[in-house]
Amino acid sequence: MKKFRVEVILKCKRAARDPEGETIRENLLLVHGFKNVESIRTGKYLEFIVKANDVEEAMKEVYRALNELRIFNPVIHELKVSVE
Amino acid sequence: MKVAVLKFPGTNCDEDVLHVLRNVLKVDANIVWHEHFKADSFDAAILPGGFSYGDYLRAGAIAAHSPSVKQLELMDDDCKPILGICNGFQILVEAGLLPGALLLNSTLTFICKWVHLRVEKTDTAFTNLFKTGQVVKMPIAHKEGRFFADERTLKRISERIVLRYCDENGRVTEEYNPNGSTENIAGICDKDGNIVGLMPHPERASEKILSGNFPDGLLMFKSMLKWMRENE
Repeated sequence: MKKFRVEVILKCKRAARDPEGETIRENLLLVHGFKNVESIRTGKYLEFIVKANDVEEAMKEVYRALNELRIFNPVIHELKVSVE
Repeated sequence: MKVAVLKFPGTNCDEDVLHVLRNVLKVDANIVWHEHFKADSFDAAILPGGFSYGDYLRAGAIAAHSPSVKQLELMDDDCKPILGICNGFQILVEAGLLPGALLLNSTLTFICKWVHLRVEKTDTAFTNLFKTGQVVKMPIAHKEGRFFADERTLKRISERIVLRYCDENGRVTEEYNPNGSTENIAGICDKDGNIVGLMPHPERASEKILSGNFPDGLLMFKSMLKWMRENE
């Protein structure tokens, strides 16, 4: 079996305010003159190293974990999953 | 002699520190909003604990960009005492005034308890009234207090370790390392010993009614006064 690196980014949906992102933008970026930065959203990054026969199988395994173990909260989170 | 107790948005131990300075030690001290702080108006500065800017990004990371940091650097030029307690320590580390980093506790939890500490270094602005190897007791209350430094940094700062977590007899063991800190480090100082950062809260161990090991915490503030008198 080969090893695949599956990267998962969790962030809050646009509808939910992100006070951490807002604070970083307003109290760090804007204060230091980065006026073109319109918005910052924070999130969580998870790196899965998965043994699998192919990309499809690796992705399937990670999605199964994400869903079954409620690694993300579908009410507030959106997901971005990519694989190498 | 006048001491500044710096306040950032989210600082919450400022009143406790002020109480010890004003009411216990009868020292002239003021809580100063971080944007109004001027180095030449004060002889020492204390950065108290709390959750500056909600601990967003990393604990202390946003406060480390406050204009007050420039003023602290000016104070450092004059070798004036600067103490970072808990979140204050995190701010000093993020600002580059002290080496290393403070990471999430190895337990992944907020830890609030009394710990024993061994005083490793006594030629600092905040430990000159202790004896080397003395075991003291103070409370910790943090979630991001795991001191980390890579091997190269550790080698460079080996003479700047001020406090280590230990057992009641002063033995430094992994069992008595509450948060997974590298080499049980609880507090460090800069190269001149006038800047000290520590995770434990000396202001919570500065009165008999609060501390079974009185006056362990108070001695840190008394050390500061001694340093100030000698450097006047």
